[in-house]
Amino acid sequence: MRVDTLSQLHTSADATNSGSPHATALIKTKGLVRTFKSRKGTVEAVRGVDLEVREGEIFGFLGPNGAGKTTTMRILTTLMPASGGTATVCGLDLRRDPAKVRRQIGYVSQVGGAEPMETGRENLLLQGRVYGMSAKEARQRATELVTRLDMDDFADRLVKTYSGGQKRRLDVALGIMHHPRLLFLDEPTTGLDPQSRARIWDEVRALHDQGMTIFLTTHYMDEADGLCNRLAIIDHGQIVSQGSPETLKQEIAGDIISLGLDMQSNAVEQATSLMRERPFVREIQPTADGVQLYVSQGETVLPEVMRTLDAQHIAIRSVMLARPTLDDVFLRRTGRSLRESNGNS
Amino acid sequence: MGKVLRDSWLMFKSQFNVSKRNPVWVFIGLFQPICYMLLFAPLLKSLVGVPGFPPGGAYNIFTPGLMVMMAIFGAGFAGFNIIGRLRSGFIERMRVTPVSRIAMIFGSLAVDGLLFMIQIALLLVVGLILGFRPRVGGMALLAVLLFITGMTMACFSYALALLVKDEGGLAASVNLLVLPLVLLSGIMLPLTLAPELLRNIAKFNPFTYAVDASRALVAGDFGADSVVKAFIIIGVLAILTIYWATRSIRQAAM
Repeated sequence: MRVDTLSQLHTSADATNSGSPHATALIKTKGLVRTFKSRKGTVEAVRGVDLEVREGEIFGFLGPNGAGKTTTMRILTTLMPASGGTATVCGLDLRRDPAKVRRQIGYVSQVGGAEPMETGRENLLLQGRVYGMSAKEARQRATELVTRLDMDDFADRLVKTYSGGQKRRLDVALGIMHHPRLLFLDEPTTGLDPQSRARIWDEVRALHDQGMTIFLTTHYMDEADGLCNRLAIIDHGQIVSQGSPETLKQEIAGDIISLGLDMQSNAVEQATSLMRERPFVREIQPTADGVQLYVSQGETVLPEVMRTLDAQHIAIRSVMLARPTLDDVFLRRTGRSLRESNGNS
Repeated sequence: MGKVLRDSWLMFKSQFNVSKRNPVWVFIGLFQPICYMLLFAPLLKSLVGVPGFPPGGAYNIFTPGLMVMMAIFGAGFAGFNIIGRLRSGFIERMRVTPVSRIAMIFGSLAVDGLLFMIQIALLLVVGLILGFRPRVGGMALLAVLLFITGMTMACFSYALALLVKDEGGLAASVNLLVLPLVLLSGIMLPLTLAPELLRNIAKFNPFTYAVDASRALVAGDFGADSVVKAFIIIGVLAILTIYWATRSIRQAAM
Protein backbone atom coordinates (compact mmCIF):
# COMPACT_ATOMS: atom_id res chain seq x y z
CA MET A 1 0.00 0.00 0.00
CA ARG A 2 1.34 3.38 -0.98
CA VAL A 3 1.41 6.04 1.66
CA ASP A 4 -1.10 8.81 0.99
CA THR A 5 0.44 12.24 0.92
CA LEU A 6 -0.96 15.16 2.83
CA SER A 7 -1.80 16.90 -0.44
CA GLN A 8 -4.13 14.06 -1.33
CA LEU A 9 -5.88 14.54 1.96
CA HIS A 10 -6.25 18.26 1.31
CA THR A 11 -7.88 17.55 -2.04
CA SER A 12 -10.46 15.24 -0.56
CA ALA A 13 -11.18 17.79 2.15
CA ASP A 14 -11.69 20.55 -0.41
CA ALA A 15 -14.05 18.38 -2.37
CA THR A 16 -16.41 18.01 0.53
CA ASN A 17 -17.75 20.38 3.09
CA SER A 18 -16.81 19.23 6.51
CA GLY A 19 -19.81 17.22 7.59
CA SER A 20 -22.25 18.56 5.01
CA PRO A 21 -25.06 16.18 4.05
CA HIS A 22 -23.54 15.88 0.57
CA ALA A 23 -20.22 14.61 1.86
CA THR A 24 -19.38 10.96 1.44
CA ALA A 25 -20.39 8.79 4.36
CA LEU A 26 -17.22 7.14 5.60
CA ILE A 27 -19.10 5.10 8.16
CA LYS A 28 -22.63 3.89 7.62
CA THR A 29 -24.29 1.41 9.91
CA LYS A 30 -27.81 0.06 9.92
CA GLY A 31 -29.29 -1.86 12.80
CA LEU A 32 -25.89 -2.80 14.22
CA VAL A 33 -26.29 -5.37 16.96
CA ARG A 34 -23.82 -7.09 19.26
CA THR A 35 -24.73 -9.57 21.94
CA PHE A 36 -22.42 -11.36 24.32
CA LYS A 37 -23.15 -14.66 25.93
CA SER A 38 -21.83 -15.12 29.42
CA ARG A 39 -22.58 -17.47 32.25
CA LYS A 40 -25.13 -15.02 33.57
CA GLY A 41 -27.02 -14.97 30.29
CA THR A 42 -27.05 -12.82 27.18
CA VAL A 43 -25.88 -9.21 27.26
CA GLU A 44 -27.03 -6.90 24.48
CA ALA A 45 -24.20 -4.42 24.32
CA VAL A 46 -25.30 -2.80 21.06
CA ARG A 47 -28.95 -2.86 20.06
CA GLY A 48 -29.69 -1.58 16.63
CA VAL A 49 -27.34 1.34 16.07
CA ASP A 50 -27.86 3.46 12.94
CA LEU A 51 -24.91 5.75 12.36
CA GLU A 52 -23.56 7.95 9.65
CA VAL A 53 -20.17 9.63 9.81
CA ARG A 54 -19.41 12.00 6.98
CA GLU A 55 -16.05 12.63 5.40
CA GLY A 56 -14.13 15.47 6.96
CA GLU A 57 -16.05 15.72 10.19
CA ILE A 58 -15.26 15.03 13.81
CA PHE A 59 -18.03 12.74 14.94
CA GLY A 60 -18.54 12.00 18.60
CA PHE A 61 -20.16 9.10 20.35
CA LEU A 62 -21.19 10.34 23.78
CA GLY A 63 -22.53 8.16 26.53
CA PRO A 64 -21.88 6.85 30.03
CA ASN A 65 -19.59 3.92 30.73
CA GLY A 66 -21.10 0.67 29.58
CA ALA A 67 -23.34 2.33 26.98
CA GLY A 68 -21.87 0.35 24.09
CA LYS A 69 -19.49 2.96 22.67
CA THR A 70 -16.33 0.90 22.81
CA THR A 71 -18.11 -2.22 21.55
CA THR A 72 -19.44 -0.31 18.53
CA MET A 73 -15.99 1.03 17.84
CA ARG A 74 -14.41 -2.39 18.09
CA ILE A 75 -16.90 -3.69 15.55
CA LEU A 76 -16.16 -0.83 13.16
CA THR A 77 -12.41 -1.36 13.47
CA THR A 78 -12.80 -5.06 12.56
CA LEU A 79 -11.74 -6.30 15.99
CA MET A 80 -15.02 -8.01 16.60
CA PRO A 81 -17.86 -9.18 14.33
CA ALA A 82 -21.34 -7.72 14.68
CA SER A 83 -24.09 -10.10 15.75
CA GLY A 84 -26.48 -8.43 13.33
CA GLY A 85 -27.02 -5.44 11.11
CA THR A 86 -24.80 -4.02 8.39
CA ALA A 87 -21.92 -1.60 8.27
CA THR A 88 -19.74 -0.04 5.63
CA VAL A 89 -16.50 1.72 6.46
CA CYS A 90 -14.81 3.83 3.77
CA GLY A 91 -17.22 2.36 1.28
CA LEU A 92 -16.22 -1.22 2.07
CA ASP A 93 -18.47 -3.84 3.58
CA LEU A 94 -17.21 -4.64 7.06
CA ARG A 95 -18.14 -8.28 6.95
CA ARG A 96 -16.80 -8.99 3.46
CA ASP A 97 -13.67 -6.88 3.27
CA PRO A 98 -12.22 -6.41 6.74
CA ALA A 99 -8.65 -6.58 5.46
CA LYS A 100 -9.27 -3.72 3.02
CA VAL A 101 -10.98 -1.69 5.72
CA ARG A 102 -7.91 -2.03 7.93
CA ARG A 103 -5.70 -0.36 5.36
CA GLN A 104 -7.88 2.76 5.38
CA ILE A 105 -8.36 3.28 9.08
CA GLY A 106 -6.29 4.20 12.09
CA TYR A 107 -7.26 3.19 15.61
CA VAL A 108 -6.28 4.47 19.02
CA SER A 109 -7.78 2.25 21.71
CA GLN A 110 -8.39 3.25 25.30
CA VAL A 111 -5.15 1.59 26.39
CA GLY A 112 -3.24 2.61 23.32
CA GLY A 113 -1.35 -0.53 22.46
CA ALA A 114 2.23 0.75 22.50
CA GLU A 115 4.76 -1.88 23.57
CA PRO A 116 6.04 -0.67 26.95
CA MET A 117 9.42 -2.39 26.64
CA GLU A 118 10.26 -0.63 23.39
CA THR A 119 10.91 3.04 22.75
CA GLY A 120 8.32 5.34 21.22
CA ARG A 121 10.30 5.52 18.02
CA GLU A 122 10.65 1.74 17.79
CA ASN A 123 6.88 1.47 18.16
CA LEU A 124 6.37 4.04 15.40
CA LEU A 125 8.76 2.29 13.06
CA LEU A 126 7.04 -1.06 13.48
CA GLN A 127 3.68 0.58 12.90
CA GLY A 128 4.78 2.24 9.69
CA ARG A 129 6.44 -0.85 8.34
CA VAL A 130 3.49 -3.18 8.86
CA TYR A 131 1.52 -0.82 6.61
CA GLY A 132 4.08 -1.38 3.89
CA MET A 133 6.34 1.65 4.39
CA SER A 134 9.99 1.10 3.66
CA ALA A 135 12.44 1.49 6.52
CA LYS A 136 13.40 4.93 5.22
CA GLU A 137 9.82 6.13 4.78
CA ALA A 138 8.97 4.90 8.25
CA ARG A 139 11.95 6.66 9.79
CA GLN A 140 11.08 9.94 8.09
CA ARG A 141 7.45 9.78 9.04
CA ALA A 142 8.34 8.85 12.62
CA THR A 143 10.66 11.84 12.91
CA GLU A 144 7.95 14.07 11.45
CA LEU A 145 5.42 12.90 14.03
CA VAL A 146 7.87 13.05 16.92
CA THR A 147 8.49 16.72 16.18
CA ARG A 148 4.87 17.52 15.48
CA LEU A 149 3.63 16.03 18.75
CA ASP A 150 6.51 17.37 20.85
CA MET A 151 7.90 13.97 21.67
CA ASP A 152 11.58 14.77 21.00
CA ASP A 153 12.48 14.59 24.67
CA PHE A 154 11.22 11.11 25.23
CA ALA A 155 10.77 9.38 21.88
CA ASP A 156 13.88 7.29 22.46
CA ARG A 157 13.04 6.24 25.99
CA LEU A 158 11.11 3.10 26.83
CA VAL A 159 7.37 3.63 26.72
CA LYS A 160 6.97 2.23 30.20
CA THR A 161 8.68 5.38 31.52
CA TYR A 162 6.13 7.69 29.91
CA SER A 163 3.55 9.74 31.76
CA GLY A 164 -0.11 9.38 30.79
CA GLY A 165 -0.05 12.43 28.57
CA GLN A 166 3.17 11.40 26.83
CA LYS A 167 1.86 7.94 26.16
CA ARG A 168 -1.36 9.30 24.73
CA ARG A 169 0.54 11.47 22.30
CA LEU A 170 2.46 8.43 21.16
CA ASP A 171 -0.78 6.48 20.82
CA VAL A 172 -2.21 9.15 18.53
CA ALA A 173 1.01 9.22 16.51
CA LEU A 174 0.78 5.44 16.09
CA GLY A 175 -2.79 5.82 14.87
CA ILE A 176 -1.91 8.35 12.18
CA MET A 177 1.46 6.94 11.15
CA HIS A 178 0.12 5.65 7.83
CA HIS A 179 -2.02 8.72 6.96
CA PRO A 180 -5.39 7.00 7.42
CA ARG A 181 -8.50 8.47 5.87
CA LEU A 182 -10.50 7.74 8.97
CA LEU A 183 -9.23 7.79 12.54
CA PHE A 184 -10.94 6.08 15.44
CA LEU A 185 -10.24 7.44 18.92
CA ASP A 186 -11.63 5.52 21.88
CA GLU A 187 -11.86 7.79 24.91
CA PRO A 188 -8.82 9.82 23.82
CA THR A 189 -8.45 11.92 26.95
CA THR A 190 -9.77 9.73 29.75
CA GLY A 191 -7.54 9.88 32.76
CA LEU A 192 -5.39 12.73 31.49
CA ASP A 193 -4.55 15.97 33.25
CA PRO A 194 -6.12 19.16 31.80
CA GLN A 195 -2.95 20.20 30.02
CA SER A 196 -2.56 16.87 28.25
CA ARG A 197 -6.25 16.89 27.35
CA ALA A 198 -5.90 20.31 25.73
CA ARG A 199 -2.91 19.11 23.77
CA ILE A 200 -4.74 16.10 22.43
CA TRP A 201 -7.69 18.29 21.49
CA ASP A 202 -5.36 20.61 19.60
CA GLU A 203 -3.93 17.68 17.70
CA VAL A 204 -7.40 16.35 16.88
CA ARG A 205 -8.40 19.78 15.56
CA ALA A 206 -5.20 19.99 13.53
CA LEU A 207 -5.88 16.59 11.97
CA HIS A 208 -9.41 17.69 11.20
CA ASP A 209 -8.12 20.83 9.52
CA GLN A 210 -5.97 18.66 7.31
CA GLY A 211 -9.02 16.78 6.14
CA MET A 212 -8.96 13.67 8.31
CA THR A 213 -12.28 12.23 9.38
CA ILE A 214 -12.40 11.42 13.07
CA PHE A 215 -14.76 9.20 14.99
CA LEU A 216 -14.31 9.42 18.73
CA THR A 217 -16.05 8.05 21.78
CA THR A 218 -16.18 9.91 25.03
CA HIS A 219 -18.07 10.24 28.27
CA TYR A 220 -16.91 13.85 28.74
CA MET A 221 -19.46 16.48 27.81
CA ASP A 222 -16.88 19.20 27.27
CA GLU A 223 -15.05 16.99 24.83
CA ALA A 224 -18.18 16.15 22.88
CA ASP A 225 -19.30 19.74 22.93
CA GLY A 226 -16.01 21.43 22.17
CA LEU A 227 -14.52 19.09 19.65
CA CYS A 228 -17.25 17.43 17.63
CA ASN A 229 -19.10 18.64 14.54
CA ARG A 230 -21.82 16.08 15.14
CA LEU A 231 -22.68 13.71 17.91
CA ALA A 232 -24.66 10.64 18.65
CA ILE A 233 -25.71 10.11 22.23
CA ILE A 234 -25.81 6.46 23.20
CA ASP A 235 -27.28 4.81 26.24
CA HIS A 236 -27.75 1.10 26.91
CA GLY A 237 -26.71 0.16 23.42
CA GLN A 238 -29.08 2.49 21.60
CA ILE A 239 -28.74 5.93 20.11
CA VAL A 240 -31.04 8.34 21.88
CA SER A 241 -30.15 11.48 19.98
CA GLN A 242 -28.10 12.60 16.97
CA GLY A 243 -27.06 15.96 15.60
CA SER A 244 -24.62 18.79 16.13
CA PRO A 245 -23.98 19.77 19.75
CA GLU A 246 -25.78 23.09 19.16
CA THR A 247 -28.81 21.48 17.55
CA LEU A 248 -29.11 18.94 20.32
CA LYS A 249 -28.90 21.53 23.02
CA GLN A 250 -31.26 24.00 21.39
CA GLU A 251 -33.83 21.36 20.58
CA ILE A 252 -33.99 20.12 24.08
CA ALA A 253 -33.39 22.76 26.62
CA GLY A 254 -33.29 26.32 25.32
CA ASP A 255 -31.32 29.08 27.03
CA ILE A 256 -32.31 30.80 30.23
CA ILE A 257 -32.10 34.59 30.57
CA SER A 258 -32.33 35.49 34.24
CA LEU A 259 -33.25 39.13 34.83
CA GLY A 260 -32.94 40.76 38.22
CA LEU A 261 -35.60 43.48 38.44
CA ASP A 262 -36.69 46.10 40.90
CA MET A 263 -39.27 44.21 42.98
CA GLN A 264 -40.75 47.38 44.45
CA SER A 265 -42.23 48.45 41.13
CA ASN A 266 -44.47 46.44 38.82
CA ALA A 267 -41.42 45.63 36.72
CA VAL A 268 -42.18 41.91 36.72
CA GLU A 269 -45.69 42.37 35.26
CA GLN A 270 -44.42 44.86 32.72
CA ALA A 271 -41.54 42.68 31.62
CA THR A 272 -43.79 39.63 31.42
CA SER A 273 -46.38 41.33 29.21
CA LEU A 274 -43.68 42.76 26.97
CA MET A 275 -41.91 39.43 26.48
CA ARG A 276 -44.91 37.16 26.28
CA GLU A 277 -45.62 37.94 22.66
CA ARG A 278 -42.05 37.60 21.44
CA PRO A 279 -41.59 34.55 19.17
CA PHE A 280 -38.31 33.46 20.69
CA VAL A 281 -39.70 33.24 24.21
CA ARG A 282 -40.96 29.79 25.14
CA GLU A 283 -41.76 30.30 28.75
CA ILE A 284 -41.64 33.03 31.40
CA GLN A 285 -41.09 32.23 35.06
CA PRO A 286 -41.22 34.85 37.80
CA THR A 287 -38.48 34.43 40.39
CA ALA A 288 -37.70 35.82 43.81
CA ASP A 289 -35.79 38.76 42.41
CA GLY A 290 -37.05 39.10 38.89
CA VAL A 291 -37.98 36.91 36.00
CA GLN A 292 -36.57 33.99 33.99
CA LEU A 293 -37.09 33.81 30.27
CA TYR A 294 -36.73 30.46 28.49
CA VAL A 295 -35.61 31.36 24.99
CA SER A 296 -34.02 29.98 21.85
CA GLN A 297 -30.67 31.40 20.74
CA GLY A 298 -30.14 33.21 24.01
CA GLU A 299 -26.95 34.94 22.96
CA THR A 300 -28.65 36.45 19.89
CA VAL A 301 -31.86 37.60 21.56
CA LEU A 302 -30.41 38.95 24.76
CA PRO A 303 -29.52 42.37 23.29
CA GLU A 304 -33.07 42.70 21.94
CA VAL A 305 -34.54 41.80 25.32
CA MET A 306 -32.38 44.41 27.02
CA ARG A 307 -33.29 47.06 24.46
CA THR A 308 -37.01 46.32 24.64
CA LEU A 309 -37.13 46.51 28.41
CA ASP A 310 -34.88 49.56 28.46
CA ALA A 311 -37.12 51.38 25.99
CA GLN A 312 -40.00 51.02 28.44
CA HIS A 313 -37.73 52.25 31.24
CA ILE A 314 -37.85 49.00 33.16
CA ALA A 315 -34.88 49.02 35.46
CA ILE A 316 -32.75 45.92 35.07
CA ARG A 317 -30.56 45.23 38.06
CA SER A 318 -28.74 42.16 36.75
CA VAL A 319 -28.78 39.76 33.86
CA MET A 320 -27.46 36.24 33.43
CA LEU A 321 -27.47 33.95 30.41
CA ALA A 322 -27.39 30.21 31.10
CA ARG A 323 -26.63 27.89 28.19
CA PRO A 324 -28.00 24.37 28.16
CA THR A 325 -25.51 21.61 28.50
CA LEU A 326 -25.34 18.18 26.92
CA ASP A 327 -26.16 16.86 30.36
CA ASP A 328 -29.54 18.56 29.98
CA VAL A 329 -29.91 16.82 26.63
CA PHE A 330 -29.00 13.44 28.08
CA LEU A 331 -31.31 13.99 31.01
CA ARG A 332 -34.23 14.90 28.82
CA ARG A 333 -33.76 11.83 26.60
CA THR A 334 -32.94 9.18 29.16
CA GLY A 335 -34.28 10.49 32.43
CA ARG A 336 -30.79 10.29 33.93
CA SER A 337 -27.94 12.71 34.28
CA LEU A 338 -24.81 11.79 32.31
CA ARG A 339 -22.69 13.13 35.13
CA GLU A 340 -24.35 10.89 37.69
CA SER A 341 -24.19 7.88 35.38
CA ASN A 342 -20.43 8.19 35.28
CA GLY A 343 -19.90 8.92 38.95
CA ASN A 344 -17.97 12.09 38.33
CA SER A 345 -17.32 12.91 34.72
CA MET B 1 4.44 -15.41 1.27
CA GLY B 2 6.79 -12.47 1.03
CA LYS B 3 4.47 -10.55 3.31
CA VAL B 4 4.50 -13.35 5.87
CA LEU B 5 8.30 -13.39 5.91
CA ARG B 6 8.55 -9.62 6.07
CA ASP B 7 5.98 -9.28 8.84
CA SER B 8 7.55 -12.19 10.74
CA TRP B 9 10.88 -10.40 10.65
CA LEU B 10 9.26 -7.16 11.92
CA MET B 11 7.45 -8.98 14.74
CA PHE B 12 10.64 -10.88 15.58
CA LYS B 13 12.58 -7.63 15.94
CA SER B 14 9.95 -6.20 18.25
CA GLN B 15 9.74 -9.28 20.46
CA PHE B 16 13.53 -9.54 20.49
CA ASN B 17 13.77 -5.96 21.78
CA VAL B 18 11.33 -6.82 24.55
CA SER B 19 13.06 -10.05 25.53
CA LYS B 20 16.59 -8.67 25.42
CA ARG B 21 15.49 -6.02 27.91
CA ASN B 22 14.37 -8.79 30.27
CA PRO B 23 17.18 -11.35 30.26
CA VAL B 24 16.35 -12.68 33.71
CA TRP B 25 13.80 -15.08 32.19
CA VAL B 26 16.47 -16.85 30.17
CA PHE B 27 18.51 -17.54 33.28
CA ILE B 28 15.49 -18.72 35.24
CA GLY B 29 14.75 -21.09 32.38
CA LEU B 30 18.24 -22.49 32.70
CA PHE B 31 18.30 -22.86 36.44
CA GLN B 32 15.93 -25.82 36.64
CA PRO B 33 17.74 -28.22 34.29
CA ILE B 34 21.19 -27.21 35.58
CA CYS B 35 19.92 -28.03 39.03
CA TYR B 36 18.77 -31.46 37.88
CA MET B 37 22.07 -32.06 36.08
CA LEU B 38 24.23 -31.19 39.03
CA LEU B 39 22.08 -32.60 41.82
CA PHE B 40 20.07 -35.49 40.38
CA ALA B 41 22.02 -37.07 37.56
CA PRO B 42 24.87 -38.22 39.81
CA LEU B 43 22.35 -40.36 41.67
CA LEU B 44 21.65 -42.28 38.48
CA LYS B 45 25.23 -43.55 38.32
CA SER B 46 24.49 -46.18 40.92
CA LEU B 47 21.53 -47.42 38.88
CA VAL B 48 23.60 -48.17 35.80
CA GLY B 49 24.07 -51.80 36.66
CA VAL B 50 20.44 -52.39 37.64
CA PRO B 51 18.50 -54.75 35.32
CA GLY B 52 16.04 -52.77 33.23
CA PHE B 53 18.28 -49.70 33.03
CA PRO B 54 19.02 -49.03 29.36
CA PRO B 55 22.61 -49.17 28.12
CA GLY B 56 24.76 -46.01 28.06
CA GLY B 57 26.20 -43.92 30.86
CA ALA B 58 23.95 -42.10 33.34
CA TYR B 59 24.49 -38.78 31.60
CA ASN B 60 23.81 -40.24 28.17
CA ILE B 61 20.48 -41.50 29.49
CA PHE B 62 19.53 -38.48 31.51
CA THR B 63 20.75 -35.45 29.54
CA PRO B 64 18.76 -35.97 26.35
CA GLY B 65 15.62 -36.51 28.40
CA LEU B 66 16.38 -33.34 30.31
CA MET B 67 16.71 -31.45 27.06
CA VAL B 68 13.25 -32.64 26.06
CA MET B 69 11.99 -31.52 29.47
CA MET B 70 13.35 -28.03 28.80
CA ALA B 71 11.51 -28.06 25.50
CA ILE B 72 8.29 -28.92 27.30
CA PHE B 73 8.47 -26.82 30.43
CA GLY B 74 10.64 -23.97 29.24
CA ALA B 75 8.71 -23.45 26.06
CA GLY B 76 5.52 -24.25 27.92
CA PHE B 77 5.77 -20.91 29.66
CA ALA B 78 6.47 -18.97 26.47
CA GLY B 79 2.89 -17.75 26.69
CA PHE B 80 3.80 -15.32 29.47
CA ASN B 81 5.13 -12.88 26.89
CA ILE B 82 1.88 -13.10 24.98
CA ILE B 83 -0.15 -12.21 28.06
CA GLY B 84 1.99 -9.14 28.53
CA ARG B 85 1.46 -8.14 24.91
CA LEU B 86 -2.27 -8.73 25.28
CA ARG B 87 -2.57 -6.65 28.41
CA SER B 88 -0.67 -3.68 26.98
CA GLY B 89 -3.08 -3.60 24.05
CA PHE B 90 -0.26 -4.37 21.62
CA ILE B 91 -1.93 -7.42 20.12
CA GLU B 92 -5.18 -5.56 19.64
CA ARG B 93 -3.38 -2.69 17.98
CA MET B 94 -1.63 -5.11 15.62
CA ARG B 95 -4.93 -6.78 14.80
CA VAL B 96 -6.22 -3.52 13.34
CA THR B 97 -3.18 -3.28 11.05
CA PRO B 98 -2.67 -5.37 7.91
CA VAL B 99 0.05 -7.40 9.65
CA SER B 100 -0.07 -11.10 8.85
CA ARG B 101 -1.62 -13.03 11.76
CA ILE B 102 0.63 -16.04 11.36
CA ALA B 103 3.60 -13.69 11.27
CA MET B 104 2.63 -12.54 14.76
CA ILE B 105 3.08 -16.16 15.88
CA PHE B 106 6.27 -16.72 13.87
CA GLY B 107 7.84 -13.57 15.27
CA SER B 108 7.39 -14.80 18.83
CA LEU B 109 8.40 -18.34 17.88
CA ALA B 110 11.63 -17.06 16.39
CA VAL B 111 12.57 -15.32 19.63
CA ASP B 112 11.49 -18.17 21.86
CA GLY B 113 13.25 -20.59 19.52
CA LEU B 114 16.46 -18.61 19.64
CA LEU B 115 16.42 -18.41 23.43
CA PHE B 116 15.58 -22.06 23.64
CA MET B 117 18.48 -23.14 21.45
CA ILE B 118 20.83 -21.03 23.58
CA GLN B 119 19.53 -22.87 26.63
CA ILE B 120 20.07 -26.23 24.93
CA ALA B 121 23.59 -25.22 23.97
CA LEU B 122 24.41 -24.24 27.55
CA LEU B 123 22.92 -27.47 28.84
CA LEU B 124 25.02 -29.36 26.31
CA VAL B 125 28.18 -27.65 27.54
CA VAL B 126 27.40 -28.46 31.18
CA GLY B 127 26.61 -32.03 30.18
CA LEU B 128 29.85 -32.42 28.27
CA ILE B 129 31.77 -31.24 31.29
CA LEU B 130 30.03 -33.78 33.51
CA GLY B 131 30.43 -36.76 31.20
CA PHE B 132 27.75 -36.57 28.51
CA ARG B 133 29.13 -38.12 25.31
CA PRO B 134 26.64 -37.88 22.43
CA ARG B 135 27.35 -38.90 18.85
CA VAL B 136 27.84 -35.68 16.86
CA GLY B 137 25.42 -36.50 14.04
CA GLY B 138 22.85 -37.72 16.49
CA MET B 139 23.14 -34.59 18.57
CA ALA B 140 22.61 -32.42 15.50
CA LEU B 141 19.43 -34.27 14.53
CA LEU B 142 18.34 -34.17 18.16
CA ALA B 143 18.75 -30.40 18.08
CA VAL B 144 16.29 -30.31 15.18
CA LEU B 145 13.82 -32.54 17.03
CA LEU B 146 14.18 -30.42 20.16
CA PHE B 147 13.56 -27.26 18.17
CA ILE B 148 10.34 -28.62 16.70
CA THR B 149 9.22 -29.93 20.09
CA GLY B 150 9.97 -26.61 21.73
CA MET B 151 8.10 -24.68 19.07
CA THR B 152 5.11 -26.99 19.42
CA MET B 153 5.00 -26.38 23.15
CA ALA B 154 5.47 -22.65 22.63
CA CYS B 155 2.50 -22.47 20.26
CA PHE B 156 0.49 -24.51 22.70
CA SER B 157 1.46 -22.04 25.39
CA TYR B 158 0.53 -19.05 23.21
CA ALA B 159 -2.89 -20.50 22.49
CA LEU B 160 -3.43 -21.31 26.15
CA ALA B 161 -2.26 -17.84 27.17
CA LEU B 162 -4.75 -16.24 24.77
CA LEU B 163 -7.45 -18.39 26.31
CA VAL B 164 -6.80 -17.80 30.00
CA LYS B 165 -5.41 -14.24 29.59
CA ASP B 166 -3.82 -14.29 33.02
CA GLU B 167 -0.35 -15.27 34.23
CA GLY B 168 -1.60 -17.22 37.22
CA GLY B 169 -4.06 -19.12 35.07
CA LEU B 170 -1.40 -19.93 32.51
CA ALA B 171 1.07 -21.16 35.13
CA ALA B 172 -1.60 -23.34 36.69
CA SER B 173 -2.81 -24.77 33.37
CA VAL B 174 0.65 -25.53 32.08
CA ASN B 175 1.65 -27.25 35.30
CA LEU B 176 -1.58 -29.21 35.40
CA LEU B 177 -1.44 -30.39 31.82
CA VAL B 178 2.26 -30.82 31.41
CA LEU B 179 3.47 -32.42 34.63
CA PRO B 180 1.77 -35.78 34.05
CA LEU B 181 3.07 -35.75 30.47
CA VAL B 182 6.59 -35.14 31.67
CA LEU B 183 6.50 -37.78 34.39
CA LEU B 184 5.03 -40.32 32.02
CA SER B 185 7.54 -39.76 29.28
CA GLY B 186 10.60 -41.27 30.85
CA ILE B 187 12.55 -38.09 31.39
CA MET B 188 13.18 -38.49 35.06
CA LEU B 189 13.78 -42.18 35.10
CA PRO B 190 13.81 -44.44 32.10
CA LEU B 191 10.49 -46.14 31.50
CA THR B 192 12.17 -49.49 31.20
CA LEU B 193 12.10 -49.34 34.99
CA ALA B 194 8.36 -48.68 35.09
CA PRO B 195 5.57 -51.19 35.67
CA GLU B 196 3.71 -52.37 32.59
CA LEU B 197 0.61 -50.26 33.22
CA LEU B 198 2.54 -47.01 33.16
CA ARG B 199 4.50 -48.10 30.12
CA ASN B 200 1.23 -48.71 28.29
CA ILE B 201 -0.22 -45.35 29.24
CA ALA B 202 3.01 -43.72 28.17
CA LYS B 203 2.48 -45.00 24.63
CA PHE B 204 -0.24 -42.35 24.24
CA ASN B 205 2.07 -39.59 25.35
CA PRO B 206 3.70 -37.87 22.37
CA PHE B 207 6.65 -36.85 24.51
CA THR B 208 7.51 -40.46 25.32
CA TYR B 209 8.51 -40.83 21.70
CA ALA B 210 10.52 -37.63 21.81
CA VAL B 211 12.41 -38.86 24.88
CA ASP B 212 13.05 -42.31 23.43
CA ALA B 213 14.15 -40.74 20.16
CA SER B 214 16.47 -38.37 21.99
CA ARG B 215 18.25 -41.23 23.70
CA ALA B 216 18.49 -43.19 20.45
CA LEU B 217 19.90 -40.21 18.59
CA VAL B 218 22.49 -39.56 21.26
CA ALA B 219 23.61 -43.15 20.87
CA GLY B 220 23.87 -42.61 17.12
CA ASP B 221 20.89 -44.80 16.19
CA PHE B 222 19.35 -42.71 13.39
CA GLY B 223 17.03 -45.30 12.02
CA ALA B 224 15.46 -46.28 15.31
CA ASP B 225 11.72 -46.77 15.31
CA SER B 226 11.33 -44.18 18.02
CA VAL B 227 13.17 -41.54 15.95
CA VAL B 228 10.90 -41.91 12.96
CA LYS B 229 7.78 -41.95 15.11
CA ALA B 230 8.93 -38.94 17.12
CA PHE B 231 9.52 -36.76 14.06
CA ILE B 232 6.15 -37.65 12.59
CA ILE B 233 4.16 -37.23 15.79
CA ILE B 234 5.86 -34.03 16.90
CA GLY B 235 5.73 -32.72 13.33
CA VAL B 236 1.97 -33.17 13.14
CA LEU B 237 1.53 -31.63 16.57
CA ALA B 238 3.64 -28.67 15.46
CA ILE B 239 1.32 -27.96 12.55
CA LEU B 240 -1.78 -28.32 14.70
CA THR B 241 -0.50 -26.03 17.44
CA ILE B 242 0.66 -23.37 14.97
CA TYR B 243 -2.83 -23.44 13.49
CA TRP B 244 -4.45 -23.21 16.93
CA ALA B 245 -2.20 -20.33 18.03
CA THR B 246 -2.81 -18.38 14.80
CA ARG B 247 -6.54 -18.84 15.11
CA SER B 248 -6.43 -17.68 18.71
CA ILE B 249 -4.47 -14.54 17.93
CA ARG B 250 -6.83 -13.70 15.10
CA GLN B 251 -9.61 -13.24 17.64
CA ALA B 252 -7.55 -12.18 20.64
CA ALA B 253 -9.03 -9.61 22.97
CA MET B 254 -8.18 -8.77 26.55
